[in-house]
Amino acid sequence: MTTSAPPATPLPVPVGESTASFAKRKLTSPWASLAAVVIAILWTLPTFGLLVSSFRPERAIKTTGWWTFFSNPTLTMDNYKAVLDADEGAGLGAYFVNSLVITIPSVLIPLTLATIAAYAFAWIKFPGRNILFLVIFALQIVPLQVTLIPLLTLYVDAGLANTFWTIWLSHSIFGLPLAIYLLHNFMREIPSSLLEAARVDGAGHVAIFFRVLLPLLRPALAAFGIFQFLWVWNDLLVALTFAGGGDKVAPITVALANLSGTRGTAWHLLSAGAFVSILVPVTIFLLLQRYFVRGLLAGGVKG
Amino acid sequence: MLTAESNAGKIGLMIAAILLFAAVVGLMLFIATLVRGRRTDRWTAYIYLLPTLLLLAVGLVYPGLRTIWESFFNAAGDAFIGLDNYKTIFTDGDQLTVLRNTVFWVLVTPFVATGVGLLYAILVDKSRFESAAKALIFLPMAISFVGASIIWKFVYEYRPDQGNVKQIGLLNQVLVWLGGSPQQWLVTSPLNTFLLIVIMIWIQAGFAMTVLSAAIKAIPDDIVEAARLDGVTPWGMFRFVTLPAIRPAVVVVLTTIAIGTLKVFDIVRTATGGQFNTSVIANEFYSQSFRSDNQGLGAALATLLFILVIPIVVYNIRQLRNSEAL
Repeated sequence: MTTSAPPATPLPVPVGESTASFAKRKLTSPWASLAAVVIAILWTLPTFGLLVSSFRPERAIKTTGWWTFFSNPTLTMDNYKAVLDADEGAGLGAYFVNSLVITIPSVLIPLTLATIAAYAFAWIKFPGRNILFLVIFALQIVPLQVTLIPLLTLYVDAGLANTFWTIWLSHSIFGLPLAIYLLHNFMREIPSSLLEAARVDGAGHVAIFFRVLLPLLRPALAAFGIFQFLWVWNDLLVALTFAGGGDKVAPITVALANLSGTRGTAWHLLSAGAFVSILVPVTIFLLLQRYFVRGLLAGGVKG
Repeated sequence: MLTAESNAGKIGLMIAAILLFAAVVGLMLFIATLVRGRRTDRWTAYIYLLPTLLLLAVGLVYPGLRTIWESFFNAAGDAFIGLDNYKTIFTDGDQLTVLRNTVFWVLVTPFVATGVGLLYAILVDKSRFESAAKALIFLPMAISFVGASIIWKFVYEYRPDQGNVKQIGLLNQVLVWLGGSPQQWLVTSPLNTFLLIVIMIWIQAGFAMTVLSAAIKAIPDDIVEAARLDGVTPWGMFRFVTLPAIRPAVVVVLTTIAIGTLKVFDIVRTATGGQFNTSVIANEFYSQSFRSDNQGLGAALATLLFILVIPIVVYNIRQLRNSEAL
């Protein structure tokens, strides 16, 4: 790992230095920095290349690499106009609206239901509490694939096929186990004395929830909210199964995947389309990053 | 009331749905306050849990059991054929390729993503640019698998190697700069599977880095101090102090990525559509169920996915128990 022999005597380490920085400092710093820079470039360059391409004229994209942009810069918004326009391009505009219409209820519904359920699990004693919680915890591992066909059959029988309702319902259901687990973990950490005090004052469950718990729960709600938002906005499988084709219900991921399948070399459309779809989740992500990290560390992972 | 055509209509429908949902929840909470008597709390809890349990029963438990049952039926779902679908998965040539690819995905992705994440977490720890440096690796997590696949397909893009045709894909251009000739990356099996795996690693490394970085920062200073006074080498510090301390986090990260990798189908579908021997179980499930109309085989593939997830989860839980017992 090192290029020089380890010193015979330990180097002084400033107090408070972590193992990582200690190891890193002794990993002969230039190599460590170089490795970090290489990883950072590898992780950024692919996105950067497509982003640059999305602003280049169609002809330029098809005949020269995006790196030639820097010697011969020409900028255009035509790709974005074309990809959003319904008449001559891919008509992503309507799909973008669909994505919003799909995502907002698909976050609010499981968030609300899970909060109420987690409250019951965390703060009310009732027979069957542990076993029910265990079952919901275990449901987190069920792959969505296992549920799709029977659910689709149910939706068709109910006359709901290819509507927003089936997608809202499906995402809400699939989000519930993780949401309950996460929120329950957070709620259990709230000291019960707080709730007891409110109860002695004569507050009911609803009053306790809104007055005592809700302010404390805000980070947990935000954490799950972002997970579910990213999950639903970026989902392809559920949308392909339940939304049908066309721009009536299908979200932007479906439109992009189809575009990639049917016009795989139309890079002026694919590049602009990809960034239209990336814009919203990346913005949300950057704004609420610290809640996202907190949620990750609390075990918030879903697949 | 069930559908809408225009954008305004769709948004109106969404608002109506949210209001309807709010009314249902309000009604539920109101009914719960009406409960009186000795067992008030018990009934309140059941009312609070009713919608959740109903949704989970109808949307997860019933369909899951139904799919397992259907995996014992033929393509049309009307004749019981026992384990024949599973026999197909483990004997048919195409299906064996699918299994082989899935094994590649599940073995390679977690270890490489975790390795890169851990290395990067150590390298940027307490550096001046730590948060900015982390954000770069972190950002792909916000991008959809579809978007990520398009980003990487562009990297792998191929233009025929003739006369004045210029490469527009970065990978081929680098190859040309180095004096090689451009390759059709996504067509050559099994290399193409590994190139698709790169996309998943690209997305998951940020997750590994975040969790492991937090674990590293949580190592108590006195342990580090003691090791330092003992004169350990940097490698020794990593091997005997850092790694044992973050072992539980490493196990969680590895297993989580493995499970996520098993289920991912968007990458294969968007990048190659499962052609050129790149299909994996999750993609094959979709193809068999919706394209080839082979309900039985599709159900068997979904069930297999479920079965494969279980040992990983069990291992994860056991490791967590062991680390808590210490």
